[in-house]
Amino acid sequence: MRRRLLNSGLSIALPLVLSMTLALPVTRAKSEEAKSSAMEVRVDNFTFALDTLTIPVNSTITWVNKDDVPHVIASSDGLFKSKALDTDDRYSYTFSKAGSYSYYCSIHPKMVGKILVR
Amino acid sequence: MTNKNLFDSKANGLIEHDHNHDGIDRRGFLKCMAWAGTGALCVIEGGVLKSYALGSQAGGKMKSRKVGGLRFVQISDSHMGFNKPANPDVVATLKAAVDKINALPESPDFILHTGDISHLSKPSEFDNVDQILKATNKEIFFVPGEHDVLNDDGAMFRERYGKNSKGQGWYSFDKNGVHFIALVNVMNLKAGGLGALGDDQLEWLEDDVRHLKSSRPIVVFAHIPLWSVYPQWGWGTDDGAQALSYLKKFGSVTVLNGHVHQTMQKVEGNVTFHTAFSTAFPQPAPGAAEGPGPMKVPSEQLRRVLGITDVNYLENRHALGLVDSSLV
Ligand SMILES: [Cu+2]
Repeated sequence: MRRRLLNSGLSIALPLVLSMTLALPVTRAKSEEAKSSAMEVRVDNFTFALDTLTIPVNSTITWVNKDDVPHVIASSDGLFKSKALDTDDRYSYTFSKAGSYSYYCSIHPKMVGKILVR
Repeated sequence: MTNKNLFDSKANGLIEHDHNHDGIDRRGFLKCMAWAGTGALCVIEGGVLKSYALGSQAGGKMKSRKVGGLRFVQISDSHMGFNKPANPDVVATLKAAVDKINALPESPDFILHTGDISHLSKPSEFDNVDQILKATNKEIFFVPGEHDVLNDDGAMFRERYGKNSKGQGWYSFDKNGVHFIALVNVMNLKAGGLGALGDDQLEWLEDDVRHLKSSRPIVVFAHIPLWSVYPQWGWGTDDGAQALSYLKKFGSVTVLNGHVHQTMQKVEGNVTFHTAFSTAFPQPAPGAAEGPGPMKVPSEQLRRVLGITDVNYLENRHALGLVDSSLV
């Protein structure tokens, strides 16, 4: 499937100081290594802005739906599942153990992503 | 969202090229949409697409021909609760579809709704649709779309529309010698996959048709296309071919789906596949945009890309006649 990355596909919320948000345009890769403990994954145009994401243990991922249709974030092995997220709705999950976590949209299962927790 | 405007795509010929070699008749689709843009009936009869301008001689003939056997209407994807720019008033367009049905020269015997009744599975959304469809005074048969089973695995849907259904909501019934099969392919979807029927439903289907004579016309309806329309966008059903293998012996099989919010057709042997307009908003032609989401068209053109499907079965004919007509 051909995809074009959108601007500000990734934003990292710095928990320090004044909860300032830094928007990074993602232009090179669909996977990122993050050092912060809170991250946002945009759901846009029926894709996850980052389909592979590496995070430290105890990081919280927040998915935010930027589409005009609802999506449901679900881990492939049933570990977590959101309610239906309407436009601009968010869902967060904190990964407390190291491992590889595959997830998808349970109503648009072509949408898949992966979180690597280290 | 930056979906390409349908009419722009048409102008630059984007959807005329079949890069995917997947056998989808985009030319036929294009032709149909082109006609729809000028107010037309798009007709698939015996597997041949014919378009008639409304009010033309041919169109007049279509309207006034003598019919018998069975007549029903398919509507789809009403998405009650949707309020984004692609259609801020889905109530009005569903009402227009009802007016269209009520104005048909030959009143249908009943209606099929191929899912996405609601946008967010809310009781108030289902209530609204029920209220609006009441004005047709027709019996209505439903299958769920993924938007109707969002948070409860379809419990509310079955409570409202599937009282006599089996499993997750599948059932069958007979009308005037035609056997109708309602399938559910929007639940228990596997990561990376397409629509799915599942083993329980496949087993039931095999059993359901086992005793039927091969001369019995079959109509299958489900939300997501059972044929591979465009898997890249999830427009297909993983075990759809398995389901169709149980229907091989039948001389006439018509498969009616929604989900893609545009009319398409394919004929394979005795099987005619067809997808219906939405009554809420159009979606781009396969591959014509970055994703399959709601497509904004100029508001004065919206009702030309929404509509209903009128289905007509004549006892002495092989295939069912399918007539798509846009709201205006
Ligand atoms: Cu989704």
